[in-house]
Amino acid sequence: MPARFNITLCDGPSCIHKRSKEIVLRIEEELKKHALTDKVGINLSGCLGMCDKGPVMIINPGYAIYGSFTEEDVPEIIQQHILKKKPVVRFIVDEDHLYNRFFRVFGDVNFFGKQMRIALRNCGIIDPENIDDYISLRGYEALARVLTDMSPAKVIAEIKKSGLRGRGGAGFPTGIKWELTAKEKSDEKYVICNADEGDPGAFMDRSAIEGDPHTIVEGMVIAGFAIGASRGIVYIRAEYPLAVKRIKKAIAEARESGFLGENILGSGFNFEIEVRLGAGAFVCGEETALMLSIEGHRGMPRPRPPFPSVSGLFGKPTLINNVETWANIPVIILDGASWFSSLGTEKSKGTKVFALAGKVKNTGLVEVPMGTTLRQIIYDIGGGIPGDKQFKAVQTGGPSGGCLSEEYLDTKIDYESLAKAGSIMGSGGMIVIDEDSCMVNIAKFFLEFTQNESCGKCTPCREGTKRMLEILIRITEGKGTEKDIDKLQRLGNMIKKASLCGLGQSAPNPVLSTIKNFRAEYEEHVHNKRCRAGVCQHLLVYEVTDKCVGCAACKKACPADAVSGSPKAKHHIDINKCIKCGVCFKVCKFNAIRKS
Amino acid sequence: MATAEDKNINALKSFMQESKTKDHPDSQLISILHKAQELYGYISQEVMNEISKEMNIPTAHIWGVATFYHYFNLKPKGKHSISVCLGTACYVKGAEEILNTIREELKIDFGQTSEDNFFTLQEARCLGACGLAPVIMIDDKIYGSLTPKKVVEIIKSYKK
Repeated sequence: MPARFNITLCDGPSCIHKRSKEIVLRIEEELKKHALTDKVGINLSGCLGMCDKGPVMIINPGYAIYGSFTEEDVPEIIQQHILKKKPVVRFIVDEDHLYNRFFRVFGDVNFFGKQMRIALRNCGIIDPENIDDYISLRGYEALARVLTDMSPAKVIAEIKKSGLRGRGGAGFPTGIKWELTAKEKSDEKYVICNADEGDPGAFMDRSAIEGDPHTIVEGMVIAGFAIGASRGIVYIRAEYPLAVKRIKKAIAEARESGFLGENILGSGFNFEIEVRLGAGAFVCGEETALMLSIEGHRGMPRPRPPFPSVSGLFGKPTLINNVETWANIPVIILDGASWFSSLGTEKSKGTKVFALAGKVKNTGLVEVPMGTTLRQIIYDIGGGIPGDKQFKAVQTGGPSGGCLSEEYLDTKIDYESLAKAGSIMGSGGMIVIDEDSCMVNIAKFFLEFTQNESCGKCTPCREGTKRMLEILIRITEGKGTEKDIDKLQRLGNMIKKASLCGLGQSAPNPVLSTIKNFRAEYEEHVHNKRCRAGVCQHLLVYEVTDKCVGCAACKKACPADAVSGSPKAKHHIDINKCIKCGVCFKVCKFNAIRKS
Repeated sequence: MATAEDKNINALKSFMQESKTKDHPDSQLISILHKAQELYGYISQEVMNEISKEMNIPTAHIWGVATFYHYFNLKPKGKHSISVCLGTACYVKGAEEILNTIREELKIDFGQTSEDNFFTLQEARCLGACGLAPVIMIDDKIYGSLTPKKVVEIIKSYKK
């Protein structure tokens, strides 16, 4: 069995002066006493550079740095840290914030060094399937503090003071949501974690659960205590089998360790969490639809009020927060609301995780303080566009968001400024689009998605998105008319105003924002029947270039007999006969067919 | 000796009996449908009738729920299922071309099964592997950074 703990003692001159040699002997003695010799490794290191704190010792896993202690303290440290897995806080040198641990490991990598990880602080650092790893990084300490030192009202006041807002997209102040639910009197209340991450192009919730499931559990128990609930439910996508497995394991481990179940940590507070699987319906990310789905129905949103805080799951007061919101809770309790609210912008506090993907060199999860600009994320962290291509747009907020053009690159990210620019924060998808993509086609793609996912309950969304999609298809096929662009805008604004839930209210965003920022591309499609990115099949013109050797492969393959030419001579495509199927382009071995 | 069929129905029945002991048993319907799909690979009319009888939920309601959620298959699937990710990142990186290649190669469209019952083609909303876009998933295995040529090779490797 490999050593589960490793103790590194600084062997620099200054620490030797502070009796580090004697301390090593004392540690060995203590380990022998508890029969831990083969479970704990000891090694010496060169000077760690914290000479004023000597003697310095690091216990891993967890990177707990001990300093300014004596031989007499060794038994206590071994007892507490190694046996009970509770670091002796008064000797811990580094009292800085939780997120810093991430940077000790990854900070010198450019991609990570420019981020600030709070919600994802443990992802990549701990073994997500081992509760001890989480505990060693002050896991469940926030819960212990809440249960022993804080009243429910005080917890809510702290969350309110932090300025944390819902990370699922809408940005409703979390503390107020908690307060509203706490205020209701009921025999049963529910706490729900919304892990039905359905936005195409977003994967931060999956990664957060896969990388650090215990923080979600801890956040939910704290909320349960604060609002007076005893039941929690994690509603998670069935498409994420690993995340499902890990959250289930975390719940079982937490129960075994006394952080869940009856009489948590001896406080008399009871809380249970169960996992419910979604079944692939995007609309179930909407809170009222999500609750109906948990109840075993078709997930169709209902009008609000009543809000879930008054009448939610099974008619009881219910608190729903997104995965990333939950991950922030333990940090706020531990590091304090004032620290948390010092990060970010005036109205949006803390950090936000983005799933950076698309035409960008470094793809992956990026967590940055609110107020970071789009340019910093895409160029400084993302490394810019690969292959010397031209940046065209960045899409934020998934199918509910919008496409922003280059002039918005210096927009500071927060809920308000993104909304002002015509997009939304959303759950955090961020797709970079370069010159090879057609904006009309992108808008069509998103609308196809929302149209398909519309639950069909309210008319504006069900019928309106369908009509908008028909118009977009018409435009991409070169059959658009002058009036179509205006019609799209009118219809889009109508759907936004009249739809029942967030899906319909935001479905036209991709179309409206692309018309606003890339109107010229729409006009080219309509007036000149041209797609500058060469994406819209029906608008392409195929030509044979001088690379043609006259092999006749295209002539044989063309289903419309549009290719003519004699063997070993340059061929020719008759654009009147061409049906733009692209077969000639595919069969040509000499790259002699040009699309334009 | 119990046949595979008996074994499945018994497993489903004991799962339902356990569900009935929980609070709000009706709310377990989606979990039961998940279980049924796990056992049978799809949810047939007969299985819905069984669930209806055992749980005392009208079949019409079960049908409504099963058809609402994309995850549930109402028809049997082929030996392997290919899910083509049509998430935004994959789309931007050419998922449509990958999809068309598969359509041509197997001569099937979404929701269909190839004539030899070997492959079923499905659409996935987002597999969360955006960094590898474009991606497909065959059964539980993800294939990323695809080109039309690579896809054809991958499909052929399954037929061997």
